Amino acid sequence: MILEMKGIQKSFGGLEVLKDISLEVDSGEVVSIIGPSGSGKSTLLRCATFLETIDSGEISYMGVPAATTGPEGYALYVSEAELRKVKSYFGLVFQQFNLFPHYSVLKNIMDAPIAVQKRDKEEVYEEAMELLRKMNLENRADAYPCQLSGGQQQRVAIARALALNPAILFFDEPTSALDPELTGEVLKVIRQLADEKMTMVVVTHEMPFARAVSNRVIFMDKGVIVEQGHPEIVLGAPTQERTIQFLRNYQR
Amino acid sequence: MTLSTMLSTMGAGMLRTCAIFFLTILFSLPLGMVVMFLRQSRFGIVRVITKIYIAIMRGTPLMLQLLMWYFGPYYLFGMNIRGYRLPAIIIGFSMNYAAYFAEIYRGGFETIPKGQYEAAEVLGYSGPQTFFKIILPQVIKAILPSVTNEVITLVKDTSLAFTLAYNEMFSIAKQIAASQTSFMPFVIAGVFYFIANYAVAFGMERIEKALDYYR
Repeated sequence: MILEMKGIQKSFGGLEVLKDISLEVDSGEVVSIIGPSGSGKSTLLRCATFLETIDSGEISYMGVPAATTGPEGYALYVSEAELRKVKSYFGLVFQQFNLFPHYSVLKNIMDAPIAVQKRDKEEVYEEAMELLRKMNLENRADAYPCQLSGGQQQRVAIARALALNPAILFFDEPTSALDPELTGEVLKVIRQLADEKMTMVVVTHEMPFARAVSNRVIFMDKGVIVEQGHPEIVLGAPTQERTIQFLRNYQR
Repeated sequence: MTLSTMLSTMGAGMLRTCAIFFLTILFSLPLGMVVMFLRQSRFGIVRVITKIYIAIMRGTPLMLQLLMWYFGPYYLFGMNIRGYRLPAIIIGFSMNYAAYFAEIYRGGFETIPKGQYEAAEVLGYSGPQTFFKIILPQVIKAILPSVTNEVITLVKDTSLAFTLAYNEMFSIAKQIAASQTSFMPFVIAGVFYFIANYAVAFGMERIEKALDYYR
């Protein structure tokens, strides 16, 4: 099991955003999370990547615990050093790309492996160029993010995340900030990664994509998982009234 | 008095003016960073004190502050202030400019999107790495125009040191003008400040251009 989240609860102020959510992701799985805005799907991803701290519940990666239940029932995170190790298991691709604007494309990809993982520069360079080829951007290695289209920036962001060799890659609405004609190039790259058996969790509004690429679709609403299962079932023949309603609104 | 005597007499003052300028830059730029961090301290009392400090520095005349820094130790503690002139000037200028720089830095940090911190965190950068490699370079780019403004103001503000009878260029210009009943020293002083600021603006523009490769 790559990721295990158990009984996750998270509130902002008095508002309970995640109510007892559990999520397990196996190696090679592609999981899509769909749901209306405010359903908690992005928060779930941010909790999984430690950008938000959970109130209670447990999180572990590759069997290594990151957050456990403390004596008072609240979540207890492991030490900063241990967390650092766990963080190396996952990568995250943001809706807004969040590339470093002052670094070239190549440096965006190479810097973390060199500065954080202390890997050999030559080796990282070879790998970065390989990733850029895969993203069909090998001729933009020396460009700066501001010179790229949104779709190109997002592909660089994917390459940047992959350069750290994560066991699992999270995507937080990776195409929501893109013009419709640019979403295709990003989805194509994610599809390609799925074919290579990359473990991925994708929060998305792209239903056809979720249907075509994922092994499992999770529908979330109001902080709970309403329904999950094979994409053909959740998206094609949902059983829950709330899911049916959401998909009907989506098709309109 | 010939023009060349005037120039050479004022020349020594120009060196002192430059000393005030460079020492103030040297101390106030980093001190401004400290003030900015104190202003956002976790401790409420530190934040309040820092805000009051900034308010006083920006809300009272620099000339008055210089007098306070110089004569304060004598009137408050009976200290011997002989030889304390230049230190008082540098303290006064640095404390004053640090307050302005702190506010400029704060504005600069606020322009950095939260996503930059989050991306750095997810990629595993440490706190200091995030600060020095990712955030600070972008902040520097963002604040350059405002810093240029302050630096240019500082060049001209050095003339305020005359209040403490420190013989920088402007004080000497006034003395010569009075003793020689000549307008010339003021013209020379004006040209000096103008050239100095032209150089500052030129240099800062070069740095801005060098950072123009990204948005």
